[in-house]
Amino acid sequence: MSITTSDITASPPTAVVAPARKAQQPRTVPLRHPGRWVGVAVALVLLAQLAHALVTNPGLDWPTFRAYLFDPSVLQGVWLTVQLTVLSALAGFALGLVLALMRLSRSPLLRVVAYGYVWLVRSVPLLVQVLFWFNLSYLYQRIQIGVPFGPGFFSIATNSLVNAMGAAVLALAVNEAAFAAEIVRAGVLSVDAGQLEAAAALGLPRRRQLRRIVMPQAMRTIAPAAANQLIALFKNTSIVSVMAIMELFYTVQVIYGRTSRVVPMLLVATAWYVALTTVLSVFQYAVERRFARGAGRDGGPTRQRPVHLLRRLRAAFDDLRARAAEGSLR
Amino acid sequence: MTTTTTTEVGTTEASAATPPVVVDVRGLRKSFGGHEVLRGVDLQVRAGEVTVVLGPSGSGKSTLLRSINHLEKVDAGYVRIDDELIGYRQVGDRLHELRERDVLRQRARIGFVFQQFNLFPHLTVVENLVEAPVAVLGRSRDQARELALTLLERVGLQDKADAYPRRLSGGQQQRVAIARALALEPKVLLFDEPTSALDPELVGEVLDVVKDLARSGTTMIVVTHEIGFAREVADSVVFMDDGQIVEQGPPAEVLDDPQHPRTQAFLSKVL
Repeated sequence: MSITTSDITASPPTAVVAPARKAQQPRTVPLRHPGRWVGVAVALVLLAQLAHALVTNPGLDWPTFRAYLFDPSVLQGVWLTVQLTVLSALAGFALGLVLALMRLSRSPLLRVVAYGYVWLVRSVPLLVQVLFWFNLSYLYQRIQIGVPFGPGFFSIATNSLVNAMGAAVLALAVNEAAFAAEIVRAGVLSVDAGQLEAAAALGLPRRRQLRRIVMPQAMRTIAPAAANQLIALFKNTSIVSVMAIMELFYTVQVIYGRTSRVVPMLLVATAWYVALTTVLSVFQYAVERRFARGAGRDGGPTRQRPVHLLRRLRAAFDDLRARAAEGSLR
Repeated sequence: MTTTTTTEVGTTEASAATPPVVVDVRGLRKSFGGHEVLRGVDLQVRAGEVTVVLGPSGSGKSTLLRSINHLEKVDAGYVRIDDELIGYRQVGDRLHELRERDVLRQRARIGFVFQQFNLFPHLTVVENLVEAPVAVLGRSRDQARELALTLLERVGLQDKADAYPRRLSGGQQQRVAIARALALEPKVLLFDEPTSALDPELVGEVLDVVKDLARSGTTMIVVTHEIGFAREVADSVVFMDDGQIVEQGPPAEVLDDPQHPRTQAFLSKVL
C-alpha cells in the first residue's frame, strides 16, 4: 500500500509537460525525411537534362515530327490500331471469361481443356502465333468454318479469316484470351467464399450468383490487371506489322522507308502510343472507382485523388513555417 | 428426470395439442476426409419452437446446421422441412440428389444467418434485402423494397437502408443479415453462431432481435455459446459432442441439471 502512494507522489502529472511551455499541450513533430528531399533534387536535375537533350539534339528532327504527326496516313494507321485493339480485346476477353469459368468448373474435362489452352498459348511467342495464323488462313481459305476453338471469335465475320486483318485479330484475340482467362480466374478466386455461401443460402440461381454477386466483387481484382493486359495488347498490335497491315507502326515504317527519317517517325508512333495509353489509364481509373463501391469505410484506396499530394505539400510547407516561427521565438 | 438421449428421440406423430414438426432430421452422418463429424444425428423442431444447440467447437454443430439447408451434403440420413425432403427426391427406397436449381428453390424457404454476416458489400443494405425476393420469389422490385424497409424497421435500422454494409458496425451488419434472411419469409431460421464475430458490447443488440423473433413465434435453430440466451429464449436445448446429440431437453433441465458427464463438464467450463 505504501509503495503505491509513494509512487503517485513521486511522479506528479505535471512532469509530462515541458516546463518551458507550461499550460500548453506538447506539439507532435512528425519524423523528418531529409533523404527524400535529396532524391527529389537529383530527379529534378536529371529531368532537366533529359528535357534539354530532347530540345537541342538535331537528330530528333522535330520539324519532321510535326509534319507527320497528323498526316492522314498516320491517322489512318492510328485508327486501324484502335480497331485491332478493340476487336481483339472484346473477342479475347469474351473467350477468356469462358475459359476462366471452364477452369473453375467442377468438370475435370473442362478444367483440363481450359488449362491446356492457356498452357499452349502462353508458351508460344506472340510473333510466332501471328505468323502461324497468317499462314493458316491460307490453308483454310476454302473452308468456311474450321478453327478448332470455341465460338468466341465469330463475332467477326467468318470470311474475314481469309484476309490479313482477320488473321491479325484472331492471333491477338487467341493470345489475349489465355491471359484474360487467368485474370478473370484470379478475380473470381479473390471473392470471399462466404459470399457464394450466402448467395446459395438465399437460393439465388447460379447465373445470378455469378452476375450479381461474384463478378462485381471480382472486378475489383480484375480491373487493374485487365487494364494492364489491354495496354499490353494495344502496343502488341505493332507486331502484326509483319503481315503488312497498315496499322500505326507499319505505316510509320513505310514512311521512314521512303524518307529515311527513322527517329522522328518513331517519335510520331511513340507520341500516339503514349497518348492512347494515357486515355486507357484514365478509363482504368474510372472503372476502378466504379467497382470500389462499398469497398471499405473510406471508399477504398483507389478513391484517393491526386489532390492529396498537393495537400501534403501544403502541410509540409505549413510545418516548415511553424518551425521557423518557433526558432525565432527561442 | 425426463432427459432424453438420441436413441429415445424420434416421436413425430403430431397430436392435436402440439404444433406440427417443421424440421425433421433423421440419422445424419457426414465425414470430412476420414473424420466423422456427424455420427447419426436426429432432431425434431416444432413450429414456433426455438432450439438452441450447444457444444464444444468441433462437435458438429455447424455441420448439422449447414446440412439442414443442404449447404453440406450428407453421407447418410435425411432432412425434411414441412414434410419436404431437402436436397433429395425419393424413388422407392432410394434418395436421388436433386438438381442444383431445385435445391436452390428449397433453400429460399430456409433462412440462414452466418457467423461472418456475409452481406454483399457492393450492394446497399436495402439492395441486399431486395435481391433474393426478386430473383427467387419473383417479387416486383417495389414490392420487395417495401417489405425490406418494414424488416429494417423491425431490426431498428430503417435509417441505414441506403448505406453500404462495411460502413455499419458488426452488430448492425448482423441485424441486416437477419432481415435479409427474413425477406424470403422462411419456414425456419438457422443461426450459425450469430454473435461469435461481434465485440462484446454489440452482442446484446443482435440477441434482442433474435429474442423478438422468438416471441413472435418464428421457428429457429440457433447454434451459440451464449448460455444466458439459451436459458431465456430456448424451448429446447440440445447438447452436442463428438458428432452426436448427447443430451436434449428444456433449458431448465439441460442447463441446470445436466445428466450426461460431458454436458456437465462443458457447462462447468462455460458457466
